[in-house]
Parts: sequence; C-alpha cells; structure tokens
Amino acid sequence: MRRVAVIGVGDTEFGELWDSSFRELGIRAGLAAVADANISADIIDALYVGNMSAGRFIEQEHIGALIADYAGLARDNISATRVEAAGASGGLALRQGFMAVASGMHNVVVVGGAEKMTDVSDDESAMIQSSAADQEWETVLGATFPALHALIAKRHMHEYGTTREQLADVAVKNHKNGSMNPKAQFQREIARETVMGSPMVSSPLRMFDCAPSSDGAAAVVLCSLDAAKKYTEIPIEIVGSGQASDTLALHHRKDICTMEATKMAAKRAFEMASLTTRDVDVAEVHDNFTISEILAIEDLGFFKKGEGGKATEAGLTGIAGEVAVNTSGGLKARGDPVGATGIAQVVEIVTQLRGTAGNRQVKDATIGLTHNVGGTGATALVHLFRRV
Amino acid sequence: MATAPRFWRENPSRYNLMGFKCNSCGRHYFPPRAICPVCHRKSVGKMEKVKLRGTGKVFSFTDVHEGLEDIALHKPYIVAIVELDEGPRVTAQIIDCEACDIQIGTPVRATMRKLSEEGPSGVIHYGYKFAPVKEK
Repeated sequence: MRRVAVIGVGDTEFGELWDSSFRELGIRAGLAAVADANISADIIDALYVGNMSAGRFIEQEHIGALIADYAGLARDNISATRVEAAGASGGLALRQGFMAVASGMHNVVVVGGAEKMTDVSDDESAMIQSSAADQEWETVLGATFPALHALIAKRHMHEYGTTREQLADVAVKNHKNGSMNPKAQFQREIARETVMGSPMVSSPLRMFDCAPSSDGAAAVVLCSLDAAKKYTEIPIEIVGSGQASDTLALHHRKDICTMEATKMAAKRAFEMASLTTRDVDVAEVHDNFTISEILAIEDLGFFKKGEGGKATEAGLTGIAGEVAVNTSGGLKARGDPVGATGIAQVVEIVTQLRGTAGNRQVKDATIGLTHNVGGTGATALVHLFRRV
Repeated sequence: MATAPRFWRENPSRYNLMGFKCNSCGRHYFPPRAICPVCHRKSVGKMEKVKLRGTGKVFSFTDVHEGLEDIALHKPYIVAIVELDEGPRVTAQIIDCEACDIQIGTPVRATMRKLSEEGPSGVIHYGYKFAPVKEK
C-alpha cells in the first residue's frame, strides 16, 4: 500500500447561500483545492463526491458526472463517483479516494463534498434529514432526527448525570471557535443562557443544541506521499483510515449512549496509524447535536464514558485544552451542509497541521483526527492525519 | 410521505406487533428480519413469526415540539424507545399522558391508534402507540 498525502484543500463559506447553486458551490471548492495543490487539471485521474441527498434537496442525481462536467473535466473523461452514507458521505468519499491512491489504482484524486439544503422548505428539509434514520420503524412512528438525538441525550443524563448546562457548553465552545472562522455560518459567540432559553425542539434539546441546515462545499486533493513533495512543502499524510457500521435504527443498539461504529472506526484507524488517542492534538468531531459531541469525545477515547459533559464544562476540549475539539466551530457553528461536512473537517485539520489557522491555531499541532457520522451512528468514519 | 402499499405491507407488525423468534437461539426480534444477527446462517429457515405481548417499559423519551409534517397530529407529542418484555426495543409515541407523567422505567402497553394522515382527504395510517399502564 502506498502512503497517501493531502496536497491541497479548499472550501466555500457555509450558510444559507441563496445566490449559489449546487454545482457552483462544488466547483468553487474544487477549484480552490486544485489551486492550493498547485496542480494542473490534466493530471487529475478521478473525482469522488460525498453527497447525501441531492435527489431530494435539488431533484438532481448523477452528481459525480455533474461536478466533473462543470469542473471542466468532461473532455478528459475522468472517473467520477458519488458516495453516500447520509451524514458520513464526505468522510466515506475521503476513504474511497484514500484507497484509490493507496492501492495504486489512481495517482491524483480530488475528493469533494457538497450539499445544497436551502432550496427546499424547512419541513421538507427535516423529512430529508430524517431519511438517515430508519424510515419504516422510526420516522413513520413520529421520531424526527432531533428526537432520536434527544432520546440519546435523555438517557445519557439518566445514566451519567450529564447536565443540561454541559450540553449547552458544547454549543458555547463551538460558537466561540466559529467566531474565529471567517467561513463559518455562525460567527458570533453565545452564552449558556442563549442555548438554554432558545425554543424547545425535542426535549431536552433546544434550537441551539442543533446544527443548522446549510449550503456549502469542500474539497481536497490527494496523491501518493512520494509524489506530494513535488507539489507542496508541507504534505499532510493520511496515516489512518477506519470505517464501521451499526444498526440503522437507534433502538436496536444495546447501549444508545455509545456509538459502537465510532469506537470501531477509531480502533481501526489508530491501529493502522500505530497511534493512540493521547497522540491527537486537534480533532474535528461530528457535533450535529450537542449530545453528539459528548458521545464522540467519549467513544473516540479522549474521555471515559460518561465524562464527556464534565470534560466539556471544565474546558478540556477548548483550543488550549487537553485536546482541541472542533476548532472550525464544528457542524454546530461552521454549519452542516451534510455531504460537505466530512470534507470540511479535513480542510480544518490540514489547515491546523500546516499551522495556518490564524487566531484559532492549536499550538504545535502535529496529529489531527476527523470523525464523521451517518444517521444516529449507523456509519462512522475516523481518519488520522500527520504533518510530515 | 409513504404511499398506501408501502404502509399496508407492514400492517401485520404495525397492527399486531408481529415479530420473529429465532428458533436457533430463542431471541425475539421486532420488526421481522430474515436472519438472526447472532446466529447468522444457522437461523435461516428457523425464524418463526410470533406476536409480541405489547407490554414493556420506557427506556428513553422526548417531548417533540417540532414534529414532522403529516405525523404531528398534536404538538408536542412524546416519542419513546420502549423495551418490550420479550426483549426487543421499539420506537413509538406515548399517549394518554403528559411528558411530566412518565419517566425512564414507566410500564407501558401497546394500543392501536392513528399514526398519520395524508392530507384532509388522503389515506389514514394506523399503528401502535403506547400508553402508561394504569395502576388498579
């Protein structure tokens, strides 16, 4: 297997981007990544695009060919593939690109992620997002996507004494980080009281516990580590890649406060990289709800099960904490254009490891982690990155 | 929303909590599945239809204030994971009570109710919801 490096990253701003179409967002991110990698288009062998539901959000399928076409690559007839695993679509696309380069099948690969969520009504968007869960045995019975995460939160509070305030602290931290990210959807700091006083969505989760609907795209360029030195002075190596699945419906899991898929994906990635949780300086984790970040930092091994809330409250996940979590603002503040999210996480980690994250820079960051989840934990991807 | 056939084909389970028992290991499953995740191929041909009793306990619950179109007949409504006495867990609405009346562990029993309607002149879908067991 060849060693694989990220040589270029690019993204759009995230938000309600009414003036931008899906294809325009995808191309903007892709062009930025290609410019950052300092490559010419004719050496690109393949494109992978993470996208959850263009078919329902913009009534457009066949996303791989669409993006390749508008990227000006139709005449080059490159291999173009759309990848889907709900919220984990981006992370899964990265893994496909990683495997393609590692295996020697392709030399230079662009991996993108894109979603355009605001062309439909809020109700329609909620229905589409709920399709990441089990339509027949969860959604039909009244469980919204936030409701399923509320069931996790309620149980976590019951089993471990996690408090309402600790959930709020996740949002407060991520909005603070987002305030330092010029591409974040929300760039304003909030207080605990803002979260606790926001409208109830599904108890105990309130509006400020939930990531927003967003438009946006992100892209990265991969090639072998040997070739990477031709293009960049600071290649960021992908040293570990782990993927795992679990039951589609939340109720079928023995312990709904643990995402086994996250634990297994992390185990596989850490084993591949010969690293441990303690080596990680900076992590982008899947905080589509505040409770999700608490589960993530426990299941990834940063904190013991049940102590994620306390650790957050104590500031251990802040930029100067034990492990800096979601320096970009996370899904919560940077925004969550579903298919783009897993790639935007990589953009942030690469930026951190290059040391170019500005006033949200984690000091001496050398090892980074991305964690991307589909549904309520039926798919999880964990990737590990190292500054070479 | 789902078309009528998509809904009707699940009626045995939605109306009568029809599940499956693996006759290789004895575990119960709901909804039906063709293969036991514990016994794998040994279970093929040994999954037997069984009607679950419909009694269980609240495992977790939430008061849904922002419900999905067509499903939110009343707001807020309670959604719970119920652990059935035979072992399987199901997601369902809890009715005939307020969220403040129940807690994790509250005993509940299945009852058939209206789940959703496809607009004012469309098909009405029925299925299980759960109500707290009243002490006598």
